Amino acid sequence: MWVYQKMLQYPAGVKACNPKLAKSIITQYGGPDGELAASLRYLTQRYTMPIPQAKAALTDIGTEELAHMEIVATLVYNLVKDASIEDIKRAGLDGYYADHDKALYFVNGDGVPWTAAYIQSKGDPITDITEDMAAEEKARSTYEYLLQLSDDPEVDRTLRFLWQREIVHFQRFGEVLDLLHEHYSHKHVFEMKGYDPAALKKKDDDSGRIITP
Amino acid sequence: MDPKQMELLRRIMETQFITVELNLFLDTHPSEERALQDFRAASRELHNLIATYEAAYGPLLNFGLGEPGMAPCWQWINDPWPWEINWRGKC
Repeated sequence: MWVYQKMLQYPAGVKACNPKLAKSIITQYGGPDGELAASLRYLTQRYTMPIPQAKAALTDIGTEELAHMEIVATLVYNLVKDASIEDIKRAGLDGYYADHDKALYFVNGDGVPWTAAYIQSKGDPITDITEDMAAEEKARSTYEYLLQLSDDPEVDRTLRFLWQREIVHFQRFGEVLDLLHEHYSHKHVFEMKGYDPAALKKKDDDSGRIITP
Repeated sequence: MDPKQMELLRRIMETQFITVELNLFLDTHPSEERALQDFRAASRELHNLIATYEAAYGPLLNFGLGEPGMAPCWQWINDPWPWEINWRGKC
């Protein structure tokens, strides 16, 4: 279950209409390392996590990413809202305009639509959290490139906030990875009379990782 | 949106940033007593601010989790929605 809060996580503002900048920023809405990909990746990986810290972190960070998606959408919406057709053409947004007018759609800066192939849900918790750490770093790099491209100081302020969040999330996922290693360093075998040691070679508890007793 | 409403909303966003940050920290450090205390204090402050806001300006949360209020009409649909507020120069 989710609840909507009628506010942004961060007070995003734009100085002036700037469709050219919107064209770059929209990649964080529907691009490969954008907020939609981040959110859906974490929210779908959480089901098969073996430890509570991992389930909580993926749920909460996945939820925060939805709020970031809304912040990015707010920037794009406000950067194109007052653009004339001439502005749209000059910014190279005419192809986008033909398909979507000024509506928000999940594409990258070149208009490539979002695809689930951007994300993975591998079932191996170590693999998934490692992907998540990489995802945070890729998003951090993207925000750095967007800051280079931006010529609007108000937009910069919001981009810097989102950039910082990638660093915090990377840190939290790193801690989850440590906790997972710790989890797997124990054997999770409960002795009982008459158990068959050979059966243990097949699979451990709930992760599919093979352990040798 | 009038400046007083905007200022209160900004304080709510600010306070919730503290609870979000501590929440994520506690997810991987559930036994950190100091963080837990800070979280509780910030959460109490957040609840008070939201209650004040909702009593004056209508619900911030949907599905019945916001203040039901006494207004004769359904305030949830009132503009502006979050993406319609430009915070330029406000922070």
